[in-house]
Amino acid sequence: MTSETPFQHLTTDPAVQQMLAKAKENHISTVWDRYEQMLPQCGFGETGLCCRHCLQGPCRINPFDPGAETGICGANADVMVARGLDRAIAAGTAAHSGHAKHLAHTLLKMARGQAKDYKITDPVKLKKVAARLHIAVDGRADTDIALDVAKAALADFHEKDTPVLWAAGVVTPGRVEVLSKLGLVPKGIDHEVAEIMHRTLYGVDADPVNLLLGGLRCSVADLAGCYMGTDLADILFGTPTPLASQANLGTLKKESVNIALHGHNPVLSEIIVKVAGEMADEAVAAGADRINVVGICCTGNELMERHGIPSCTHSVSQEMALVTGAVDAMIVDYQCIMPSVASVAECMGTKVITTMDICKITGAEHIDVKEETAAENARQAILQAIAGFKKRKNKPTHIPALTNTVVAGFSTESIVAALSKLNAKDPLAPLADSIKSGNIKGVCLFAGCNNVKIPQDINYTKIAAKLLKENVLVVATGCGAGSLMRHDFMDPAKTRDLCGNGLFAVLNAIGEANGLGGPLPSVLHLGSCVDNSRAVEITVALANYLGVDINQMPVVASAPEPTSEKAVSIGTYAVAAGLPTHVGVMLPVMGSALVAKVLTQTVKDLTGGYFIVEPDPDKAADMLLQALNDRRKGLGLV
Amino acid sequence: MSNYKEIFVKTDKCTGCLTCKIACAVEHSETKSLFSAIRESPRPVSRVYVEWLPGNAKVPVLCRHCEEAPCLNACISGAISRSDTNAVITDAGKCIGCWTCVMVCPYGVIGRDQTLAKAFRCDRCPDREIPACVGACPTQALVYETVDGFSKTKRKTVSRELLTREGA
Repeated sequence: MTSETPFQHLTTDPAVQQMLAKAKENHISTVWDRYEQMLPQCGFGETGLCCRHCLQGPCRINPFDPGAETGICGANADVMVARGLDRAIAAGTAAHSGHAKHLAHTLLKMARGQAKDYKITDPVKLKKVAARLHIAVDGRADTDIALDVAKAALADFHEKDTPVLWAAGVVTPGRVEVLSKLGLVPKGIDHEVAEIMHRTLYGVDADPVNLLLGGLRCSVADLAGCYMGTDLADILFGTPTPLASQANLGTLKKESVNIALHGHNPVLSEIIVKVAGEMADEAVAAGADRINVVGICCTGNELMERHGIPSCTHSVSQEMALVTGAVDAMIVDYQCIMPSVASVAECMGTKVITTMDICKITGAEHIDVKEETAAENARQAILQAIAGFKKRKNKPTHIPALTNTVVAGFSTESIVAALSKLNAKDPLAPLADSIKSGNIKGVCLFAGCNNVKIPQDINYTKIAAKLLKENVLVVATGCGAGSLMRHDFMDPAKTRDLCGNGLFAVLNAIGEANGLGGPLPSVLHLGSCVDNSRAVEITVALANYLGVDINQMPVVASAPEPTSEKAVSIGTYAVAAGLPTHVGVMLPVMGSALVAKVLTQTVKDLTGGYFIVEPDPDKAADMLLQALNDRRKGLGLV
Repeated sequence: MSNYKEIFVKTDKCTGCLTCKIACAVEHSETKSLFSAIRESPRPVSRVYVEWLPGNAKVPVLCRHCEEAPCLNACISGAISRSDTNAVITDAGKCIGCWTCVMVCPYGVIGRDQTLAKAFRCDRCPDREIPACVGACPTQALVYETVDGFSKTKRKTVSRELLTREGA
């Protein structure tokens, strides 16, 4: 990466750079080409000063035109910007909780005996979740408990007598109090999404601060969706424990039937992995050595954390997996799947298979996957991949010979288990003591996506490198985890070079105590984007242990390269939870000085959390460190 | 007389997005970046206008930098001059705000700066190779070209049309 390559300004991942050269040679249009064609982007959209919420519009407020200070209805810039942000939060919330609802339906069908391909893989987690929900556990069959958990999950989507249990039951007592006082406890996940759509309708809420409070409450519902997603996936498919895997495009194999699983939900991908294991003979009969399943985006993270399935690539470079010419089928569920994969696949002779009713792509083949017939559907899709391999096997492929070693699988449970090797009676003590002593200065969660506006991964790697040297414990989820793993941050062999002495000592002690013969990786992989809940769970556990609230904890979050509206809702719930939260791309809020001020300053007086908007990674790292130091001071720590 | 480039308008291509107006204001700001220009005081202003006409026509209008510029001849304070790139420019320092230029301009594209009370207009972005509005236009409704070049392109287009019609 030290030598200049022609694509360095687009991506810092050398494997992606190689594929961009090939894409250019073959005249394949990529996300980077389309971004360039899209420039310049509309300043009204960039600043949030564009509204399409009614048919009298579109309206835009020209920030440089003193004569046009409101839209046609009279909404001013503050209202317009706040409404737009609220809708982004609602969209993100709908997506995470849609993912969780899908898992809840699967759990329900499984418990009712209607989905024979699914089972309770982690009964311990089932009981832990049930206990939190006050569902009776003793003397009951697992499937009966699961049925109640599934029903409780589905009940959390609508308004009922209790608040959203996956929100109110998962944070510190202090946080419940803060959120209750501010009216930020969600009544139902779907209810909050619907209410945002209502209040941002033509002629409803026109008070920007009230709108932003509504957005904050919806974001707490997003936390619930994420948390539920993690809980139910762990119950159905297992709670992650540390395991070794690999990342990057070199995980594709020329001689194998390569299946890239892309999207988010483990409901289908888990079954594909299982059925693929049973279909090796068919792959061999077709002339392949085996079936090689790899992941892209959060499907990749879900499969990696539970099975060590390699992650092929992430986010903005998803098309590059196809440019290798080695993928025999890309099987997708939903979220973050660029429709362009269908056209790149067409260029390369690859099949894209959509599987979900709500996510079809013109040019892709659709196999309607139902939980009742999951294994059968999976088999159908895998047969397509084998057929694809037969057509592809004698054609040249261009697989970059680049892989990274990854140790993943850090759930709250597995982290606590690892810590208990240091202190069996009081497992959180070693972590809390390290924070108190300053061996660990604090914790930073990296979450979010890649964004075509930023050279891929550069913000993640620059900020993480700086924080690690300053002894900040770094955890990562989603495509943030994907980014850092493709740059060796999850390779334990690199921990010594990457970390400051205090942090290294802690990671090494945990690693040694767990028989790893060395340290943990410098960055802990917590899983997919719904698994940001794991970061919340760990923070809450530590806060409770220390007897403080989250807004006092030396914990920060950063989405340095966000793209999806899901990153907006996650960032907002991090702020609602009380965390300083960095965003590395301008949010479309600059059109309102008031909204920008509320998000970066005023909200601090309400929840203790606030946004730090800073595109420059070096400055952002300094600001995150400053925020951690401020929190340490608040706790009386040096 | 010259071979300088002018800003031409293709009215059939304008979608009325006003991106040109934003780009113009940002270019004429202190910081030259949208996110900071928006916070500047005085707020930078745009020098390009987009008019709407019944039938949903959108027409960008901006200073033509006339060769025989009525404003240049009419200005009593000597604030208006012709630059070395053939643009007609207003020196705010000399402008007395009498609005004579506004009266005589056939296009109505000379504005009044709200805070300075001085006349201002398009200066064809002297620091840029291509004026900001032209560079920002997503549909190429604004074109930066010499008079000869613009006419030539137009002749080529019409010639192709003619041939197609004859062939049809």
